[in-house]
Amino acid sequence: MEFVIVLAVLSAVVVVVSAPLRRADEQPVNAADELHDLEAAREAKYREIRDADLDHRTGKLSDEDFEAIDRSLRTEAIEILHALDSAEGTQAG
Amino acid sequence: MALVGRAMLILGLGICAYGIIASLYGAAQGGPRWVDSGRRAVYALAAVMTLAFVILEAAFLRSDLTFNVVAGHSSTTTPTFYKATAAWSSQEGSLLLWVWLLSLWSSLVLFLTRRRAREIAPYATAVLLGFATFFTSLTVFFANPFATTANPPSEGAGLNPLLRHASMMFHPPMLYSGYTLLTVPFAFAIGALITGRLGAEWIQLTRRFALAAWLFLGIGILLGARWSYTELGWGGYWAWDPVENAALMPWLACTAFIHSIMIQEKRGMLKVWNASLILASGTLAVLGTFLVRSGILDSIHAFGASTLGVPFVILIAAMVLGSVGLIVWRRAELRSDSQLDSLLSREAVFLFQNLVLVAMVFVIFWITFFPLISEALTGTKVSVGPPAFRPFIVPLALVLVLLSGVGPLIAWRRVTAANLRRNFTLPVASALVTLVVLLLVGGVSERPFALIMFCLGTFVVVSVGQEFWRGVRARRATTHDAVPRAFVQLVRRNRRRYGGYIAHAGLAVLLIGVAASSSFQHSHDVILRPGQHASVDGYTIRYVRPVASATAEKISFGAVLDVSKGGRHVQTLTTTRGFYPAQDPTLGVVGRFFNGEEESQVGLRAGLTKDIWTVISPDLTPIQPLVNQGDQVFLKAMQAAASLPPAQARAQITNLFTARDAAIGALAERWVKHPWPSEFLLIISPLVTWIWLGAMIIAIGGVIALWPPRAFPRRRAARVAGTTGPPAPAEVPELAKV
Repeated sequence: MEFVIVLAVLSAVVVVVSAPLRRADEQPVNAADELHDLEAAREAKYREIRDADLDHRTGKLSDEDFEAIDRSLRTEAIEILHALDSAEGTQAG
Repeated sequence: MALVGRAMLILGLGICAYGIIASLYGAAQGGPRWVDSGRRAVYALAAVMTLAFVILEAAFLRSDLTFNVVAGHSSTTTPTFYKATAAWSSQEGSLLLWVWLLSLWSSLVLFLTRRRAREIAPYATAVLLGFATFFTSLTVFFANPFATTANPPSEGAGLNPLLRHASMMFHPPMLYSGYTLLTVPFAFAIGALITGRLGAEWIQLTRRFALAAWLFLGIGILLGARWSYTELGWGGYWAWDPVENAALMPWLACTAFIHSIMIQEKRGMLKVWNASLILASGTLAVLGTFLVRSGILDSIHAFGASTLGVPFVILIAAMVLGSVGLIVWRRAELRSDSQLDSLLSREAVFLFQNLVLVAMVFVIFWITFFPLISEALTGTKVSVGPPAFRPFIVPLALVLVLLSGVGPLIAWRRVTAANLRRNFTLPVASALVTLVVLLLVGGVSERPFALIMFCLGTFVVVSVGQEFWRGVRARRATTHDAVPRAFVQLVRRNRRRYGGYIAHAGLAVLLIGVAASSSFQHSHDVILRPGQHASVDGYTIRYVRPVASATAEKISFGAVLDVSKGGRHVQTLTTTRGFYPAQDPTLGVVGRFFNGEEESQVGLRAGLTKDIWTVISPDLTPIQPLVNQGDQVFLKAMQAAASLPPAQARAQITNLFTARDAAIGALAERWVKHPWPSEFLLIISPLVTWIWLGAMIIAIGGVIALWPPRAFPRRRAARVAGTTGPPAPAEVPELAKV
């Protein structure tokens, strides 16, 4: 009985682990990783814009400082979006 | 089923080896098929380790004494609740728990990132499986939980009495979850360093795992402190014991990491620092397991002693050398993208806070290992205790609390003097009012560190309260929500920020409790007879009557105490000291009971302002002649029984055990009917409850920060205006107008 259980588990492990090797498709990964990196940077930048806004509204940033920081953050966000556009274009092409 | 369990461990080892090879081969080839196969190996490992763990748990629950580990750490009479937890009281079971939890967390992170970090993930998979290989190897070659015996004992040794405590049910799994969760960001950091993909993605993917590790480790540390306070009978909750320090060091390093990665996410700064911190945290997590399991340093956790030191030292050395080597190799790519705009900014506060936390880790590491260092240099093992830590840790803790109040009050990037005035006025005024009130109350000024901690704690709590109020007000200005709804929405939309603020308030509450209870504790060590009383901090504690109980497993002597103040009854407390028989038969049939493990049941009245804590230490000298006499009588009877035919001998021995139980019962009765003086430790400690409350507040803050946020809408429809402001137009036009 114990031998059967071990054999069954071993078989299941072999089937599950080897499944991808029986697959035909192979895709390059580098472009997708770059895209994900940029998406992570975009998420972080959006969060930073929101944080700056909340800091301003809760009185931690003066109007002048907020305007300067917000402008700078949005410029950085646009740069990331441009990079994302070109990365997406590269991947699609 | 022991054979199946053992086969699962060996199969697990094979899966680890295959998974490492497949992942690294897949990474080298740049194709996803081998990488996916390596990831599936981690899932398979989780499945076989789950089966192995279930088999071990089932053996404990049904008291299968053919398993050596069950016979050594449980018994048929152990309560079911503790049978289930006895698995991780053993060396073998705890190592299996480690690798099982590691396989679960590894599977979770690799499942969540299966379409992300395709370059980093194979190396992270290999590192995670490397850890799994190490710990599975220990269970296969050094500490096999499935070792069995053909001649099982009629009864097991039972669970270590000190571990029969509710906190101990969850303490090890919590700590081990923390340790194993820390290996996740560690592995992804290694992957990022190897591939050179040091952008925001690996941090985004593993930040939540670092936070979960911090949360679980914190809960584990708290449960350990609670256990120490209520079970060990010395009156404290933290002894700076090496095993306690082993959990605290990675927690502090992880605290630094979860703050400093925000700076990297926002500013692209501190990349070397963050990589070093998480690599250090992961290494400290393994070091923690090593300290608990090796017995290399003297610890109250003596049940952890073993001979696994050498393999752990090799692993830790490999982690340290590998980490340093990778960081040096990638130092060019780890350069910061920008610089600090101002020393008056949140990033600067985070940086100072990081330095304080790392200094704490360094101090704790140095003093904890000082006995080993001194032994290596001088040949003499110098023992150090809590007084060695305080001169360093107390000032650092004060600075840490100050910074945890300053951080929420200032903005990222820069602040102006006007904003500083506006934000600091109320918290600073509150701290000053606290200072004046406490100086007027008197007594507090004699404890300057405690006084400063109370003021700084007030500063932090008021800072956090002010931030919540201003956030709610800002939200209401645009949404016109009712205050409760605005509060909930504010926290929901900014979970990291406000979860963090709550944790800061919890830290302040906790450290106020620590400062008060350690500075203003009144302790009295007295010897009392029934009817006598002692006074501590205005309370009168009277020894009302003795109590005792005796079973085949334990004899306990205790006392009922009456606590009163100013003639008014406050509470009736019962404290006992339990004695468990040693396994060594040469110690005598009766004498074994007084040479084995002991545990204390504390008589405790916990309150919001004060704890009344009592424990008895019965003097065994008066009964020692009776114990010796009983041992002689039973020795002769046993020898006589041994000379009888086997059937008669068995019957005679059964009778002797019945007589032994009666003798133990008679000793208990003697304690009750003819009580002799006993030693009591009586402690009145202020604000101990604040420590547990503070820890719970920190945990709530951690859970809020950990809770997954709502994802930003898809790119073209995203709105990037402020949290509390009106929705902005679609993303690109909004940004283009700048």
